[in-house]
Amino acid sequence: MAASTAGERDRLTVAILALGGQGGGVLADWILALAEAEGYVAQGTSVPGVAQRTGSTIYYIEMVRRGAPGANHPAPVLAMTPTPGDVDVVIASELMETGRAILRGFVSADRTTLIGSTHRIYAISEKSALGDGTGAGERILDAAARRSRRFVGFDMEAAAAGAGSVISSVMFGALAGAGALPFARESFEAAIRRGGKAISANLAGFAAGMAAAGERRTAIEAAAAPPAATTPAGAERQARVLSTLPAAAHASALEGVRRLMDYQDAAYADLYLDRLAPIAARGEPVLSEAVARHLAVWMSYEDTIRVADLKVRAARAARVASEVRVGATQLLTVTEYMHPRLREVCETLPARFGAAIWHRPALRRRLEPFFSRGRHVRATRLRWFLLLRTVAAMRRIRRSTWRFAEEQARIEEWLALVAATAATDVALAIEIAATQELIKGYSDTFERGLRHFTLVSEAARRLTGRTDAAAQVRALRAAALADEDGHALAAALATAA
Amino acid sequence: MAERSFKREVEQLRLGAGETFAGEGILAVTKALLQAGVAYVGGYQGSPISHLMDVFADADPLLRELGVHFESNASEAAAAAMLAASVNYPLRGAVAWKSVVGTNVASDALSNIASGGVKGGTLIIVGEDYGEGSSIMQERTHAFAMKSQMWLLDPRPNLPSIVDMVEAGFELSEASNTPVMIELRVRACHVTGSFVARDNRRPPLTVGEAAANPVRDVDRIVLPPANFLHEREKIERRWPAAQRFIAERRLNEWFGPAQDEIGIIVQGGLYNTLNRALELVGLSDAHGAARVPVYCLNVTYPLLPDEVAAFCAGKRAVLIVEEGQPEFIEHELNTLLRRADLSTRLVGKDLLPRAGEYSGEVLRDALLAFLAAHAPGRVAAAPPAPPPPEPELARTVPPRPAGFCTGCPERPIFSAMKLVQRELGALHVSADIGCHLFSILPPFHIGNTTMGYGLGTAGASAFKPSEGAGARRAVAMMGDGGFWHNGLTSGIGNAVFNQDDTVTIVVDNGYSAATGGQDILSSRAASATRRTNNPIERALRGMGVGWARTLTRTYDVARMRDTLKEALTTPEKGPKVIVAQSECMLNKQRRVRPLLAQAAREGKRVVRERFGVDPDTCTGDHACIRLSGCPSLSVKANPDPLRHHPVTAIDDSCVGCGNCGEVAHAAVLCPSFYKAEIVTNPGRLERLLARWRAALIGWIQARDARALAARAF
Repeated sequence: MAASTAGERDRLTVAILALGGQGGGVLADWILALAEAEGYVAQGTSVPGVAQRTGSTIYYIEMVRRGAPGANHPAPVLAMTPTPGDVDVVIASELMETGRAILRGFVSADRTTLIGSTHRIYAISEKSALGDGTGAGERILDAAARRSRRFVGFDMEAAAAGAGSVISSVMFGALAGAGALPFARESFEAAIRRGGKAISANLAGFAAGMAAAGERRTAIEAAAAPPAATTPAGAERQARVLSTLPAAAHASALEGVRRLMDYQDAAYADLYLDRLAPIAARGEPVLSEAVARHLAVWMSYEDTIRVADLKVRAARAARVASEVRVGATQLLTVTEYMHPRLREVCETLPARFGAAIWHRPALRRRLEPFFSRGRHVRATRLRWFLLLRTVAAMRRIRRSTWRFAEEQARIEEWLALVAATAATDVALAIEIAATQELIKGYSDTFERGLRHFTLVSEAARRLTGRTDAAAQVRALRAAALADEDGHALAAALATAA
Repeated sequence: MAERSFKREVEQLRLGAGETFAGEGILAVTKALLQAGVAYVGGYQGSPISHLMDVFADADPLLRELGVHFESNASEAAAAAMLAASVNYPLRGAVAWKSVVGTNVASDALSNIASGGVKGGTLIIVGEDYGEGSSIMQERTHAFAMKSQMWLLDPRPNLPSIVDMVEAGFELSEASNTPVMIELRVRACHVTGSFVARDNRRPPLTVGEAAANPVRDVDRIVLPPANFLHEREKIERRWPAAQRFIAERRLNEWFGPAQDEIGIIVQGGLYNTLNRALELVGLSDAHGAARVPVYCLNVTYPLLPDEVAAFCAGKRAVLIVEEGQPEFIEHELNTLLRRADLSTRLVGKDLLPRAGEYSGEVLRDALLAFLAAHAPGRVAAAPPAPPPPEPELARTVPPRPAGFCTGCPERPIFSAMKLVQRELGALHVSADIGCHLFSILPPFHIGNTTMGYGLGTAGASAFKPSEGAGARRAVAMMGDGGFWHNGLTSGIGNAVFNQDDTVTIVVDNGYSAATGGQDILSSRAASATRRTNNPIERALRGMGVGWARTLTRTYDVARMRDTLKEALTTPEKGPKVIVAQSECMLNKQRRVRPLLAQAAREGKRVVRERFGVDPDTCTGDHACIRLSGCPSLSVKANPDPLRHHPVTAIDDSCVGCGNCGEVAHAAVLCPSFYKAEIVTNPGRLERLLARWRAALIGWIQARDARALAARAF
């Protein structure tokens, strides 16, 4: 018997890399049933268990054409695990699993058809980062195209949602569309029918997958266009942005103006542009853009008024209804999880009262119990809606609140530092501007962020004049986002000093 | 009720002679047992043999018809002890468990049964949880077979071979009066295939008939002088009888040419992988036509000196493919070769990796090295060069550790514990076996040790904080499965007796969840054949625990946190136990979903809950994820063009357990979470009220939107 070498063997192997709950087992069953019906002896293996709870797992299928009846052929001996270099088809249910298949050597350029969904299900390490911990998807796409015989990649989750189906049926369709198995479309569909479950939905998903597998992937979406003015007041400020700021800062500044008019009023947006002007006058486009971005975010800080304002809007109600998929005949009630503490209440009061209450320990002790509990705010009830709307309406007195005074003082201090630094070290000034990203969240999270911001800003002041100051501040900022308890930041500050 | 339904599999158990059984390896074993006329079956669930237990648990009517007794044993020790039924009576019995851990638990009873020997065929089905997908320490069951002198079968991983070996195993056991272990690796348990069935056989003697006619033989009881007799019997009678049976029945197999200067000895379970490796170097094909002699050990203990000598004689070198360590077979083969005065070079772990699973790649590479050293020129096909590594890619692809399921009731327990640690400082946590062990992984990072099933509390017993400043109690975790397995006595009883000042959290989710959702004593489901609904707190009180609290809703994070804090700080002495109850969400969804869908179809009022995050108030810090790790709680690109950090998002898989909202409250995180209740088939009054509300709120919102548009950009 001739030695079997790559390319001429009468055996097909399929590896499926899926995450628990994605229906990898269902897909494997369809492929097994398909192969058996088409005159192949097929074998599948899997490892159910803890990996299936949420981890990634591999289903492996081998098939060999059944001998002619009466032929004296022993039953095939099929392997239990994929061997690198020996896999004909790899189906991965998610982008990083596609990458994992390549890493594990299952994908070879001379043999493997790689079918991978390009959507992301983030791993816990990516999700739990304090900032942006997500992996670089382009690298996977690049490797997938380079290292496979053929790469069929598209967002199968979206295709499934579009077809009102599940990703396993889309993957099955992509397998059919990729033409890597010698079976006709009807045979694939017959396997779904024989499965007997959710047949019409699965066939719809299958058809979507098969169609998408044949198309070329479209290019990455263009960046969103900056907002355009819709009112005379907006147009006036839009003109000011376009005529006074460098082109690099236009998009951010226009968004900044839009947001601050929404957040407060036109005068507040003017304050924003007034603050931006001296920075822009330096003629440093990158610095101007950085300040335009971070100043807008900071000036639209999330106080109680802003949160209430965003929660009561019609646009928000519509977004929730579409996100949770409320049908025409169904009813929706929404409960907000809010936890305003005494501190936040004081901050929303006029500065004199708020600070006065906060700085009287005896009074605080008496009032705090009223704000120690989280509130389940039923925003679809009229009573709660009106209450939230009342808080939102306090926008008109925002300028008098304690929080406003505090934030504006911080902003001025930060801007002064950026401006002063820019005179000698533009790169460092950009980093100081970007340090604003550390301030985010509410209550403890906000306080932690503010603490880290202050520490990094102080370090930046100390580092001014050093050639590596910008790089140092950048590293400090990364350290501040490395862990919640500030261990990494403390260590980095110790070495930076 | 188990995690999945085995209705189809139970039907297959009824197949008659000539019909084809199709399914997984471990399910083929269930049918093979009935075909072999088994009188009783037991065991303890665990990957990879859970399905065997699940199928038998669902097959009660058939087992009744056949007169077969099935028991979901309390532990592997209980299962092994049940084999005592085959000591005095010609009853065929089988038990199954996850090995090596289950064999560890069972080993006391196993030593006893192996010592006294058996009259009826006794089969121990061990799912060898080794290699990829394993969740336990990497050890070999082989050592137990050797130390107790039980025979170990390791059949080729295809359904006909497995089924044949089950039958042969009973006969071998009876021929040699010795319990027989049949070892199935993880993928062999789950390999699909088919075999031609035979009729089920009613046991010639049922357990009931045996009990009605007791037989006693004091020589079968392990106590002097019989124990000394047993050791002699093993060597002088049982061992030779087994070797004779194995040789006569040709349980081991030979493949490839009769004559060659090289050969390969392989454990049966690795035969398929070896054949693939041979195929990849051009020395076999997909039908197993090896061009090198292969001696396949379907019985890996004991070895047959005559067969070994005959295979090795005339060969320059023989490769032994033996997975795991220590390499017991290789040691024994070397001894046999010396005794037979053969100069054949035995190559094994000097060339194969000492540790780790033997995949096709590992065996292919070892084979190439073996051929290069001992038969250069025999490689018929060079495997392709491995593709160059891509370190950049390796850094990009994140690891995916296992974690709690969406909506898991165990998650809030650890969220609460994280909050307590913020206040009281880090805790020493003695973890246990079960889903709750995922707490050691991100995002919780809780748990210091795990010492075995049900041993969480015992694992904390050395920590007796002295009174005074800085004293901090150790916390122990225990699942309800582990609690009934042995934790009640070895953990709670031990702590009460020694007045250990520890805090134990018993996770009472209604099932042995990690092994597939089997019922246990405290399960809430009613069962026709078993007694459930035995409250854990009652058992605790009976054991003498003074401080015990049962929390009926783990999702109440604040309450969980406060109760744990109280347990850690109360002046009361002795063990403090918190029973944390909420149903396993995986099983709950499986139970409730079809009912809700049915109710909705019938026009009944059905409420679906799910959570959401407002992307415009979320600032992308992800503290909520670090306190949860729920699969449905993820991130997405920030829709705000001015911010780069991704925002938190909840996807459609959310089951509305409420944990993220409760955590946001308990930890005072942020106001971005909302709960949506979607009512299908609302009542008339409800609809009217909602319409009125929506109209009024909508009118105000529209007015506000107009005002906003006027002052907008």
